[in-house]
Amino acid sequence: MPNGSREKILQRIREALAVKAPARHLAGAVTGLSDHRPQDWLPPVPSSVAERISLFEKNSLDLKTEVRCCADASAVAIELAALARENAWKSIGSHHFVLGNEAVSALGLPVVFTDQPYETADLERCDAGISGCDCLVAQTGGLLVTSASAGGRVLSVLPPHHVVIASAAQLVGDLADAFAVLRKNHGSPPAFASFITGPSRTGDIERILVLGAHGPKKLTVLLVQA
Amino acid sequence: MSAESLQFHRDADRLTHDLQHRAWIQKALGGYYIKRDEQKAKYTDWQQARSSAAAAKYEAVNHLDKYLVELSDKLAARGTKVFWAADGAEAAEYIASVARDAGVKRIIKSKTMTGEEIHLPQALEKAGLEVVESDLGEFIVQLRGEPPYHIVFPSMHLTRGEIDDTFQRKLGSAHADTPEELTMIARGVMRQKYCEADMGISGANFAVAETGHISITENEGNARLSTSLPKVLVSIVGIEKVVPKLDDLAVLLPMLATAGAAQNMTCYNTLLGGPRQPGETDGPTEFHVVLLDNRRTALLADAEQRDALHCIRCGACLNVCPIFKNIGGHSYGTTYQGPIGSVITPHLRGLQSWKHLSFSSSLCGACAETCPVKIDLHHHLLQSRRNAIAQMPVWWEKPIFSGFAWFMRRPGLYRFAAPMLRLAAPLLHAIRGNDIDPLSMWTRTRDLPPAPPQSFKEYWRDKNAKR
Repeated sequence: MPNGSREKILQRIREALAVKAPARHLAGAVTGLSDHRPQDWLPPVPSSVAERISLFEKNSLDLKTEVRCCADASAVAIELAALARENAWKSIGSHHFVLGNEAVSALGLPVVFTDQPYETADLERCDAGISGCDCLVAQTGGLLVTSASAGGRVLSVLPPHHVVIASAAQLVGDLADAFAVLRKNHGSPPAFASFITGPSRTGDIERILVLGAHGPKKLTVLLVQA
Repeated sequence: MSAESLQFHRDADRLTHDLQHRAWIQKALGGYYIKRDEQKAKYTDWQQARSSAAAAKYEAVNHLDKYLVELSDKLAARGTKVFWAADGAEAAEYIASVARDAGVKRIIKSKTMTGEEIHLPQALEKAGLEVVESDLGEFIVQLRGEPPYHIVFPSMHLTRGEIDDTFQRKLGSAHADTPEELTMIARGVMRQKYCEADMGISGANFAVAETGHISITENEGNARLSTSLPKVLVSIVGIEKVVPKLDDLAVLLPMLATAGAAQNMTCYNTLLGGPRQPGETDGPTEFHVVLLDNRRTALLADAEQRDALHCIRCGACLNVCPIFKNIGGHSYGTTYQGPIGSVITPHLRGLQSWKHLSFSSSLCGACAETCPVKIDLHHHLLQSRRNAIAQMPVWWEKPIFSGFAWFMRRPGLYRFAAPMLRLAAPLLHAIRGNDIDPLSMWTRTRDLPPAPPQSFKEYWRDKNAKR
């Protein structure tokens, strides 16, 4: 039974679809649906880079993502060292990526590299995961990671603090723009991609917000301006 | 009356009278209303966005064969095994066989309502496997042996004190006062489970035909961990979850977040298109996608109500429903509660056994108005009433109406009977709602207006006589 009941289900579907359903949602107030991209109805995104950065920062603040702006690559090393000091990191997980290589090795901490074979238990003991990303999304205050851009599927979610190093040039407007980046970077969307929009959270107990339900309690974005 | 209907009426009656419970649900939803409206206000045009979202789902559902085949082929191209299950038993049997073949003992599960629908955890436990829920709310209700209270907020009916009790009893944890402390207890337990588990099970919020991905929406990170740490991953996907294009998610993901949990975007929205690929260092080595029918094609065949398959399971219709807010989630006795549950359950489990849900509605339309994909929910409830009655007419309705017609066609009889009824009015008032009142089913919870001193006929005669 490699496919299970594939043909049976497709047969049922084709029989069911012989009768056409009314497109009730198109009746009434909607005009010119086809003249717009559907995402145009979502929260507006400004077009200038400076305004997009400030929208990203505002959304991050609401999500409790910390954004630290860095003037250049050397400023990244300084900020990362400051984070390591403030949070008393003893070991970190990371992977090899242009924006982070120098700053990560300058920390002088033991590093579990996840872009080479590694033990889950070793990564689980790390105090922070430091990664890159494919892009940042102004509209949502989120970021998009893939295995290639963020050192695999686990680094960005297992350690209790996730630090993302990204350049302002990686900031895009909305999710559709982010999908375009996926296609540009990988040819076609890869087997794993995830939008991360703020640190892990839950409201399952009395609808009260608690950060760090299963994923990182803290999310920091080091935004390189140059 | 069906057994399901009797159970429903008993539970609904009990919970409606539990004022504390009702106040608790009102409070839990109060914050949601405020934040949801704030989020909606940020949209350039929420109504147009709803139409766009509905258009994407309409296209998918009305060309379901085409998009499912495309999805299946694209998933398979990256090494995913796709299994088509006609019903829950087929799905559970397949997943158990995958577990057996891979030597699986422990399963970590992230939230899947489709899994609830087919009682997947119970079936796997019967096969000798350990199944742990990783979503915090699901974990709590699993420990308590309860079904989820709400499709999005499974433990919304519980106070921190009740959850603390459960944790102390079942986990042997120390007393905890705050949601923060309780969450951290669960986090600690779960960390170990993730590393031990050899199989992960997830659901899916969407499946993208164009690129061959499933899309999982969550806030906690438990689905990320459950889908990337264990060596085997199985995702169970209702066939209606498919959308044609990746760009459709650019609208559907934010709208699901706004309608479902009053968020701009849910914390993690993950696309999974295959097991660990060449060049990847982690992720499952086996990935199975189970496409589940389980009578969804029966709903598809009802063109009038087909748009109920547009549902993205955001739970918004539950949150605004006056019935849900009064009778609570457990009274429904269904996997899917609230208006959407009342619409789809009769299709999934049988109209005659579940028609009572269609009648348990004020038809206020709040559900249809809030639905982000514009499902015509309250009209579907009316259609189900009509269908249920057409299929099995109420035997006494016809004689009653012919009797009434016979009576109304005889003016003499009417003139004689009307004053009799007026005379009897004090008696009717005296027994109203009592056990001896033949109409007590109706009058118990309703007023009986006082009888007027004269009939309209007499009034008209007197009025013209004075002139």
